[in-house]
Amino acid sequence: MAPNAHGGDDRSSEEAALSARLQRLGETLDRKRPRSPSDDVQGPRPGSRFAGFARGFRLSSELVAGVIVGSVIGWSLDYWLGISPWGLIVFLLLGFAAGVLNVMRAAGVAPGPDAGDREH
Amino acid sequence: MADPIHQFEIVNLVPLFKVGSTEFAITNSAVFMFTAVVLTALLMLGTTLGRQLVPGRLQSMAEVTYEFVADMIRSTAGEEGLRFFPFVFSLFAFVTFANVLGIIPYTFTVTSQIIVTATLALLVFLTVIGYGLYSHGLGFFRLFVPHGIPGYILPFVVLIEIVSFLSRPVSHSVRLFANMLAGHITLKVFAGFVAGLGTLGAVGWAGATLPLIMVVALTALELLVAFLQAYVFTLLTCIYLADALHPGH
Repeated sequence: MAPNAHGGDDRSSEEAALSARLQRLGETLDRKRPRSPSDDVQGPRPGSRFAGFARGFRLSSELVAGVIVGSVIGWSLDYWLGISPWGLIVFLLLGFAAGVLNVMRAAGVAPGPDAGDREH
Repeated sequence: MADPIHQFEIVNLVPLFKVGSTEFAITNSAVFMFTAVVLTALLMLGTTLGRQLVPGRLQSMAEVTYEFVADMIRSTAGEEGLRFFPFVFSLFAFVTFANVLGIIPYTFTVTSQIIVTATLALLVFLTVIGYGLYSHGLGFFRLFVPHGIPGYILPFVVLIEIVSFLSRPVSHSVRLFANMLAGHITLKVFAGFVAGLGTLGAVGWAGATLPLIMVVALTALELLVAFLQAYVFTLLTCIYLADALHPGH
């Protein structure tokens, strides 16, 4: 075995190398982590085209859902209040805006409704 | 050629009783729902009753599933989200088993019925509203009022946020339903090509190999989609539940 002083030196340099490596790993993790909770559809294999297909499908369904819900609300308002066609016109536009908002949120472009609270 | 839609037909197997003109019966859909539940229960009970420190194959499968769902909840809804663990785990297990069971030939895919996925999505939606109102009272509605918006545009933004919130169960349920439906129809259509070309003699046999290869590849893709969609459905559930736990401040 190496003498004491030598051994301590050896160990400290080893520790420095280890901590540098840990720091590097931590940085890599930090770079990766903030993205992972928000991108919903990446799934197990982000690079494959099937994941791309799933992502495209998700975004389109978000847009369509917004428009459908908006028009249903508008049509029901027209039906119950007798203000045809204004409810449908206004809520179809609002639904379209909501659909675009959904898509932007799903794609991670726009922050969520409570972005001020949590870091994204 | 085989009818690609025929696989989604609901058949009454055991008629039970009638309420008015509505007939209640055990259908093929119900049978596969029960099967999914029973398989989940068997997996979890069977692996945790005789548990060992060093897990066997089945036990580690159960443990990996547990860790997977728990991590998903922690990363999206935080530690508090774990109070919803039983709910989220049941959803994940049910959807996964229903999706995977559907790939086996001659089975019925429960999640390809929009009524099933819509019920699950509405369950999540109502849980979010119910728990949000219960824990935050009227403060839950701050979810619809984003920060830093100038006053004159706020009413429109609030309306858009409300419509966006209401559209969640629609996109939540339609995504799972449409993925399963489209996948199974595609699979059936290509399988129909194989059978159709196979009747045409030698040339047909040669031609039928191409759709046959496609069917094999699509089955693998469907297996991926089955897990991916169960994962996406559960992940969205967690994200929505996070809104109930921390509506905007």
